Amino acid sequence: MTTRLARGGRLLNRGRALEFTFNGKRMTGYQGDTLASALLGAGQRLVGRSFKYHRPRGLVASGAEEPNALVNLGEGGTFEPNQRATTQELYDGLAAESQNHWPSLEFDVGVANNYVSRFLPAGFYYKTFINPRPAWKHLFEPFIRQSAGLGRAPKERDADVYEHFHVHVDCLVIGGGIAGLAAALKAAEAGREVLLIEQTAHWGGRAPVDGAVIDGAEADAWVKNTVETLEGMENVRIRTRCMGVGVYDHGYVLAYERLTDHDPHPDLPRHRLWKIRASEVITATGALERPLSFAGNDVPGVMLASAVRDYVVNWAVSPGDRTVVVTNNDDAYRTAIALKEAGLEVPAVIDARTAPEGPLVERVRALGVRVETGRAVAKVKGRAKVEGVAMTMQAGEGAVLEVIDCDAVAMSGGWSPVVHLWSHCGGKLVWDDAQAFFRPDPEKAPTGADGQPFVRVVGAANGAMTTADVLADAGADAQAAPEAAGPIEPVWIMPQGAGPELRSKMWLDYQNDVKVSDVQLAAREGYESVEHTKRYTTLGMATDQGKLSNINGLAVLSRSLNAEIPQVGTTTFRPPYTPISFGSIAGQARGDMFQPLRRTPMHAWHMANGAHWEPVGHWRRPYCYLQPAETVEEAVQREVKNTREAVGLLDASTLGKIVVKGPDAGRFLDMLYTNMMSTLKPGRCRYGLMCNENGFLMDDGVVARIDEDTFLCHTTTGGAEHVHAHMEEWLQTEWWDWQVYTANVTEHYAQIGVVGPHAREVLDLVGGMDVSKEAMAFMDWQDGELGGLPVRVFRISFSGELSYEIAVKAGYGRALWDMLAEAGREVGMMPYGTEALHILRAEKGFIMIGDETDGTVTPQDLCLDWAISKKKDDYIGKRGQARSHLTDPERWKLVGLETVDGSVLEDGAYAVAEGRNANGQRNVQGRVTSTYRSPTLGRGIAMGLIRRGPERMGEVVEFTRTDGTTTRAKIVQPVFFDPEGEKQNV
Amino acid sequence: MKRYSAFAIAREALRGHIGWERAWRSPEPKAQYDVVIVGAGGHGLATAYYLGKNFGITNVAVLEKGWLGGGNTGRNTTIIRSNYLQDPSAAIYEKARSLYETLSQELNYNIMFSPRGVLMLAQTEHEVRGYRRTAHANSLQGVKTEFVSPDRVKELCPIISLEGPRYPVLGALWQARAGTARHDAVAWGYARACSDMGMDIIQKCEVTGIRTEGGKVSGVTTTRGDIGCGKLGIVVAGHSGVVAEMAGFRLPIESVALQALVSEPIKPCMDVVVMANTVHGYMSQSDKGEMVIGGGADGFNNYTQRGSFHHVEETVRALVETFPIISRLKMLRQWGGIVDMTGDRSPIISKTPVENCFINCGWGTGGFKAIPGSGWAMAELMAKGASPLADGFEMHRFREGRFVDESVAAGVAH
Repeated sequence: MTTRLARGGRLLNRGRALEFTFNGKRMTGYQGDTLASALLGAGQRLVGRSFKYHRPRGLVASGAEEPNALVNLGEGGTFEPNQRATTQELYDGLAAESQNHWPSLEFDVGVANNYVSRFLPAGFYYKTFINPRPAWKHLFEPFIRQSAGLGRAPKERDADVYEHFHVHVDCLVIGGGIAGLAAALKAAEAGREVLLIEQTAHWGGRAPVDGAVIDGAEADAWVKNTVETLEGMENVRIRTRCMGVGVYDHGYVLAYERLTDHDPHPDLPRHRLWKIRASEVITATGALERPLSFAGNDVPGVMLASAVRDYVVNWAVSPGDRTVVVTNNDDAYRTAIALKEAGLEVPAVIDARTAPEGPLVERVRALGVRVETGRAVAKVKGRAKVEGVAMTMQAGEGAVLEVIDCDAVAMSGGWSPVVHLWSHCGGKLVWDDAQAFFRPDPEKAPTGADGQPFVRVVGAANGAMTTADVLADAGADAQAAPEAAGPIEPVWIMPQGAGPELRSKMWLDYQNDVKVSDVQLAAREGYESVEHTKRYTTLGMATDQGKLSNINGLAVLSRSLNAEIPQVGTTTFRPPYTPISFGSIAGQARGDMFQPLRRTPMHAWHMANGAHWEPVGHWRRPYCYLQPAETVEEAVQREVKNTREAVGLLDASTLGKIVVKGPDAGRFLDMLYTNMMSTLKPGRCRYGLMCNENGFLMDDGVVARIDEDTFLCHTTTGGAEHVHAHMEEWLQTEWWDWQVYTANVTEHYAQIGVVGPHAREVLDLVGGMDVSKEAMAFMDWQDGELGGLPVRVFRISFSGELSYEIAVKAGYGRALWDMLAEAGREVGMMPYGTEALHILRAEKGFIMIGDETDGTVTPQDLCLDWAISKKKDDYIGKRGQARSHLTDPERWKLVGLETVDGSVLEDGAYAVAEGRNANGQRNVQGRVTSTYRSPTLGRGIAMGLIRRGPERMGEVVEFTRTDGTTTRAKIVQPVFFDPEGEKQNV
Repeated sequence: MKRYSAFAIAREALRGHIGWERAWRSPEPKAQYDVVIVGAGGHGLATAYYLGKNFGITNVAVLEKGWLGGGNTGRNTTIIRSNYLQDPSAAIYEKARSLYETLSQELNYNIMFSPRGVLMLAQTEHEVRGYRRTAHANSLQGVKTEFVSPDRVKELCPIISLEGPRYPVLGALWQARAGTARHDAVAWGYARACSDMGMDIIQKCEVTGIRTEGGKVSGVTTTRGDIGCGKLGIVVAGHSGVVAEMAGFRLPIESVALQALVSEPIKPCMDVVVMANTVHGYMSQSDKGEMVIGGGADGFNNYTQRGSFHHVEETVRALVETFPIISRLKMLRQWGGIVDMTGDRSPIISKTPVENCFINCGWGTGGFKAIPGSGWAMAELMAKGASPLADGFEMHRFREGRFVDESVAAGVAH
């Protein structure tokens, strides 16, 4: 059984015991434990169930590559599924439960799949569940879906917070083993700004575990020294618990720091996402050991040899009393040594090589361990735990020579450099035949915008597999003695001639239950590309993303195809290196900080006065102001009536305001708008239309000429940023030689509309400016003073009423609003919202961008030809509008619509026509663009686009309704109210 | 072709699965074919399939630079819907959706079409009006959709947060018969059926040139030699501009990377597909339990098929707001695919300036859902010279200004 050893554990603090629970059972570990080591220490070997066959699963690894030990952690707002026990540090009170089983981990009904697994080979679901057709939706899929997933879905909102860091460094070093430390020190000594990150809580990586000697002392001493030196340097930052997530184009790197996962704290950020721009990225990410493919290699108790070593040396955990070591290389002999030194039994080392030799092998032999060469594991005995191994000849077909009793197996199939970060951004790999792994191709590094490599790999990640080589590769000044090691012999299945029965018990992907036989089946069926095999078998698609399984799987594939491994190639490495929380990606942008709200200076007043809000772009505007016991519809109708009959107050601050200035400003605006703007006189305003290159109407608004060189362009609320960007695009890419500057000053000013028959009285009551008809004509603007505040007053109207829009510096906005509201009280003034605004304009037949336009409508469609200058040679969109389809007389054009029965047409209704098209769709002849109940007219009014509409006045057409019937409406002029403009010209 | 069935699996199980035949043959290219299709993605294979099935044209080769189904067919977020606004779009996407419904049976390959329903959230008044308009249009186009209330949204998707906080859910456009399918299986199923009809699917065969005689296409040069053809179909999303240039014409297309990602698998908590266009994100849960998430397209042109991060961040934070429970899930993998974007966000299925050379491209962010319809239309166009489903999607529409503008309805990738 697994147990805690009495002595040792270089990472343990035995002085601090920690209580935790696993599936409700109370257990004890120590500070410095991972959840995995604590579980093993507490004798818990069974930790989970596999995805497909629900086979019992124990720990295989000790780090990020662990495929089996995934747990549900915490509860309520801190519940998290799929947390990897090997990378979760233990804390007092930790509560974990195993996943993907029912009713319990020990007894799981799902294991039935295991007993029929021969009927469930790779891709079986593509070949069945086909008939009868409805069964997939109603029977098969719901059934399959029930067994989907690993951990439980969280139920509550996340209680934790997250944050982002943005940093720029000269050199980012990823990985805090001896290679990373040495490389960081080198870069730091050269005076560069260095950031060094390490995914675990500890520096030094594998070297201290493996007993490396650096500069004549234990590796731990060198590591400690180096870390202290780095900590003392001002140009260096170092972080543990911080993983390199992904390398992106142009030296952009993400790192994921787990700040409180090891010690939960409600007030501190749980994770921090680092967004790093680095001139050079050095990846020192080490290597991962590969399993061997023998029958029963997934039985709990079969572990990677390096993981066994980690558990013994770092955490003083015995993986078993009797551990058989199975290997094809020298490195696993270190595990035999570590086990022996810890006082544990090693019944045998089974080495697939026929004549291994070298100092490690000799040391193990000298320790009295039986070394069997040219041998293999035919089969692991036991179901839920290892009970022994059946030994056979590696060169044979699996005839059992001997059964060796044991309760654990340490396996090593060789190592694979961690090349993920190198590969993310285009770094290529070469197959190293001597060492049987892919390593970075130094000739094909990821390159930056200058075509120069920006990622460098050092240490084991670069294929340097001994301490001496690692230090040399990282350019360290430190030295280690060279080590002699025997060559690895690639062993992709064990034994070499294993038949179908054994191959169907050799696991490649432990979590997804992909076996050697599945890969061979895929190859047989023609899924020959490594990507096909992956997708067909789900090899490497589990939460470990194939860290353990990919190389073994593609080696099996290449053998099946009689191809060389490098010809088969790898699947694509994608970020993240290990999964990162969505919370960390969202960062601070949650709740109120998710797209922060833009507020006008009068926001608080609206809040206090019953505003019913509507999101408009990033703003929020009052849709209407609700009075007690009033519905939204009633409020809107009241606001319209009051504005028509008395006076209304509108917060128009959100309208875009862009200053266009310079000697060429007029010429520029002539290109931007369909109208002529250069002829506008200072002091005057003009309504303008702006089209895109295709000729479609994009935005509209009033342009005021401030002086000879300066224009103020108003845009729609939603269009301000877009229009400003449009201006800048043209100025920067086409007319870069024109002398024009633009500035978006939308938020610099509050703008208030005073609208209605009593508008002038309200301004007079506030006092300070002559806004009489004589002093200020329609479409004039003037600077002046109202109520003691400096203002700019525009006499413009979007309602057909007498109307002033008053701009004031944002800081004065609320004061002016209050003054106007106070003064207006005497003449029945009420605020009105966006919906009343819409109705007021629709009654007058004024178009609204986004309603009458949708990106496919030209000014000509809207009968706005009067606003298109005939004198200009060109404007943006002119050529687009000349295209045949845009000049087609059959185009849908703007008209008014009056329902025959006075009802309100539905939003978005289409006008149907006779017959159907070639695809069986009902023919149409137009559509509603705006539709409202008009309080002024007491009936439904609408605007719409109708084929040849203006030529069809008086004709009745039918519009769709949601209930399948139609509504009849008459085509009329789009101006429903005061067509002569008598109300505004007073 | 041996048929797939539960019985076939049982038979093979008893003999160690050694009797399964290849899903598709791996032939050497012949010197001449009636039709050559460049690109063995979903659209190219579907084109070949319907050429054979609907028109009896089976002397066909489908050439693939890499591995079949390895472009956007194998990279998308598997959503199938047809609630488009414009008539030509609704027609071809609805044709595709209806073909998907029976495709598993037709191909004898389970492509796992799952009509789980798609909700497109309306989170501003403007979106409400837009989706109401789409619902009206769909009712005339024979596409069954409805605009549903926030309460119904919550009922269909309990993990959604209706309150916002930023943009409250005001309703949604609901297409009950929309859903998802297993993307790879679509390519594999078509490939198996094409191969069975005697067509040659030739992988690792890159087209390097297009040969013409007197303005007519005569064949292609490839990394595996010259191949002659009577008609040529170019169906190479992501690289359409490159191949069109070989034929000597230019396309009004930009190629950009579109981002997608998945979470680690969790137990089922979401049955429908939800798309939230105002905040830019959409999500569904696969049959394996992963949350499948789509993001936006990068704002710059490239061919790298790499994921970048900025759109991932934008999408994830939108979805964490929309589905608060996902905050503690983890991103397992992100990737990118190269999409062809046209000016009106609608495809091109068209004759070209080169006689007997046809092109199918420009599906932008929405190609997977169209595969059967696209193949159907392209096959008809290539066989007969015209197809009602392809009407409106001609190349020359851009010169005429006759756009099929879908950006009107959906501002985000889909």
